[in-house]
Amino acid sequence: MTPEAPEEEIAPEETAPAQPQGGDLVYRHRRSTRIWHWLNALTVFVMLMSGMMIFNAHPRLYWGEYGANPDRAWLVIHGTRAAPAFPGWATIPTSYDLAGARAWHFLFAWLLVVPGLLYWAWSFRNRHIQSDLAPSREQLSPRHIWSDIKDHARLRFPTGAAARHYNILQKASYLGILFGLLPLIVLTGLTLSPAMDSAWPWLLDLFGGRQSARSLHFIAAALIAAFILVHLVMVVLAGPINEIRSMITGRYRLPREKP
Amino acid sequence: MIEKVSRRRMIASLGAGAGGLLLSGCDRIGRSAGFQAVQFSAQDLTRRVQRLVIDRSALAREYEGADMSPLFRTNGNVMPASPAYRAHAASAFADWRLVVDGLVTRPLALSLDRIGRLPARTQITRHDCVEGWSAIGKWTGVPLRLLLQGAGLRAQARYIVFHCADDFNGIPYYESIDLVDAWHPQTILAWAMNDKPLEIGHGAPLRLRVERQLGYKHAKYVMRVEAVESLERIGLGKGGYWEDRSGYQWYAGI
Repeated sequence: MTPEAPEEEIAPEETAPAQPQGGDLVYRHRRSTRIWHWLNALTVFVMLMSGMMIFNAHPRLYWGEYGANPDRAWLVIHGTRAAPAFPGWATIPTSYDLAGARAWHFLFAWLLVVPGLLYWAWSFRNRHIQSDLAPSREQLSPRHIWSDIKDHARLRFPTGAAARHYNILQKASYLGILFGLLPLIVLTGLTLSPAMDSAWPWLLDLFGGRQSARSLHFIAAALIAAFILVHLVMVVLAGPINEIRSMITGRYRLPREKP
Repeated sequence: MIEKVSRRRMIASLGAGAGGLLLSGCDRIGRSAGFQAVQFSAQDLTRRVQRLVIDRSALAREYEGADMSPLFRTNGNVMPASPAYRAHAASAFADWRLVVDGLVTRPLALSLDRIGRLPARTQITRHDCVEGWSAIGKWTGVPLRLLLQGAGLRAQARYIVFHCADDFNGIPYYESIDLVDAWHPQTILAWAMNDKPLEIGHGAPLRLRVERQLGYKHAKYVMRVEAVESLERIGLGKGGYWEDRSGYQWYAGI
């Protein structure tokens, strides 16, 4: 990285250590992050879409251990085989096929879980989590969080050197996905297995029964879908070419400081 | 007439077209034999890992009476169409016999009365349908293990096949389990449900309970229990009606 010549004549030693500035290309995403990101971009979509087809087989959700048509559901999305709860353009396969959707779901479940665990381990080892994702003490102050929320709401994104680091909202989202929603969706998914329930009954108790686990599985999926939506909107607003390039090559051009 | 297409509409329809192509692409991939083989090996991996992680004798949770579903819905066939079955049902299965044969040293033909006098197990368990719903009910029946021991299972036997009285599109229902599940203490042929004789809607006279798997493995209207070495010559070779006809997983532990 070679910083451009400063406008005023300052001796190089006075500027050390060199602070990158707006317009500089900086290394932002490690290879492990980039590979996992694109693998997940595929995996999560297949999981969500095949999951919606599985949901179509019984589009009702309950709390507790049991729950079937005679019981009180907290969510019902009306649907039939011909006009399902989630339409064909949103599901894999596109027309009613519970067995086919399960085959997709349980293949990609392995692609979600195994690389996910490797990424966890790797990201602690290379300190990605400790140095890039863990919030700094300063970021955790309520005033700082509030000003970040206001900046986000006004779509004022950080520029220059400040854009090198994730802001607190990004950190909270990524940590929430990595250590909140992904473990929740995997573990609630495992609880839906009657065989696993015989081995790990405590997991069933943790989620309050199988139908509660199914509801939580669905809620976690909805939150992940909401995250993806916000994530894509942010990528578009923050400059899609630069953002997508950085997730392919790792190099990110820092947005220029506003005059 | 040439329709004037706005740029926005063109982009939208291109987008929709690309999405549609992608999705029908998924359908095409899902139907290809190669991809299905990959999916199948993932299912096999799941079965192997589950069998590795789960103790062979680990019990499915048993509930209290207060935990039971107020109403246990029926599913699949609720009244077999065959005249022979209807005749048995009309006479309360008095002349009916359960056949236990195949790779056994002493084939059996047991009346419902005889089965009812064998040692029985009662369990309040959760029935999980592949569609997603669950219902908790109380089942009483003879452990399958006792029948297989009584018939003398031969050493080559690896699977137990259940031949049923009900049919879908003229094909009688059938299911199969391996010996891990066949010897499991909670695997029973139930003749009572919720303290009453098993109703026809729930599979009278006998219904298989294989508590660590999904509902479609719990064959209703069981007429014959056959011990086999391989599933190749059963139906189309995948071990069960839904496995053969709709691609459902033979191992339904998840």
